[in-house]
Amino acid sequence: MSKLSDPTAKFRDPELGRFLIQRVNKMAGELAAKKGRKILLMEVCGTHTFAISRTGLRDMLSDYLDLRSGPGCPVCVTHQRDIDQMIALAALPGVTVATFGDMIRVPGSNGSLEQAQADGAKVEVFYSPADAVEKAIRHPERQYVFLGVGFETTAPVIALAIQEAAGKDVRNFSVFPAHKKVLPILRALLTDPDLAIDGFLLPGHVSTILGRQAYDFMAAEHGIPAAIAGFEPVDILTAIMAVLELLATGRPAVVNSYQRAVREEGNPVAQTLLARTFRDADAYWRGFDLVPKSGLALQAKWQAWDATCRFAPAVPAPRSITACRCGDVLKGKIIPRECALFKQACHPANPVGPCMVSSEGACAAYYRYHR
Amino acid sequence: MCLAVPGKVIALDAKQQWAELESFGFSRKVGTQLIDHVEIGDYLIVHAGFAIEKLDLEEAQERLRLWEELLAAERGARTESGSPNE
Ligand code: SF4
Repeated sequence: MSKLSDPTAKFRDPELGRFLIQRVNKMAGELAAKKGRKILLMEVCGTHTFAISRTGLRDMLSDYLDLRSGPGCPVCVTHQRDIDQMIALAALPGVTVATFGDMIRVPGSNGSLEQAQADGAKVEVFYSPADAVEKAIRHPERQYVFLGVGFETTAPVIALAIQEAAGKDVRNFSVFPAHKKVLPILRALLTDPDLAIDGFLLPGHVSTILGRQAYDFMAAEHGIPAAIAGFEPVDILTAIMAVLELLATGRPAVVNSYQRAVREEGNPVAQTLLARTFRDADAYWRGFDLVPKSGLALQAKWQAWDATCRFAPAVPAPRSITACRCGDVLKGKIIPRECALFKQACHPANPVGPCMVSSEGACAAYYRYHR
Repeated sequence: MCLAVPGKVIALDAKQQWAELESFGFSRKVGTQLIDHVEIGDYLIVHAGFAIEKLDLEEAQERLRLWEELLAAERGARTESGSPNE
């Protein structure tokens, strides 16, 4: 029985949801009237993008609220040059590229991992990097390269896999580190003069690692309110209400609306592991290009498990897909419908950009849920 | 990538390197290296095969109770003023 096994089922209660939607609409209506425009809130988590679209909240609240997706889909923010590198790795003899499923259909400058696979490259999908280490142990004749894509939630899991490989001296497993950090990209958004975001919904699971206090700079330095949100409708509505309340009082703060999972100081075990495994590195993001210290590279002591040290396939400069506006979608500058290719040349069966590939991508969410 | 459904711990190994979780009638094994002090009966949030945090169920119940009270008050107000139910 799902009711018994999920103590948080009540966070999906329809009556409670309707009640909160009314309250949010009332609050947002008052604020919007005062400002003479809709209130713009950005979510920076792919799971939120999906949940807000799928539950219909984006449409139900659209009279006064512009719920805009930001750079929260890990596959989508991965830069073309990294994707090209991944595809080049897969083409190396004896190498199997191991990855989370979302990545394989993302188009690079020339084809995707999936197409490379059709051409004979070895690409394998894993649910957990730990499974890839196991596989490498069983197949010592092949090199397994795990694609380290994701934010601070995924990076500790990758770090564990590296430790496991190091502990067992597995020399045919390595990681291609393409992790991204959420705080530097929030800073980039907050200092972009072209963006006028009234408030943020912060990623629930990244925040279990980072803790609420990590985001205080948003209110303290930039005067922007934000709330950490869970993933059920009641969670999302509660967080939206919290941001609207802060906007109404004019006193920005960062509040935790997902207290059942997120602590003030985050997860210290995961934080220690991150600090022991990675170092901050400048990273390229789709839509943002180079963002200083926004990525995670492996520390020198893990060099033996660093695919960028072990293999260095030369790839030509990336070719951008000129008409795809994924970068602008990820910055919140446009919504997917404003891309000329949306639903025309670009759809889930034939995605032109990563925002249409991943279920967490804004284009895919708009395609499926906003007709 | 981030499935939000929590799982309940139904078994643990001696060194606490993994836990068996139950959710929606399915069980799965997850790594517990990223969290401290797991016990049978805890609810865990899982990411890519590893538990990343324990759920604070008391907090969850408390928050729901507050909303339920407000909702009940609203229902009461609707009935009293005789406004038609939606
Ligand atoms: S609709 Fe397709 S082409 Fe347009 S921005 Fe989205 S992914 Fe790119």
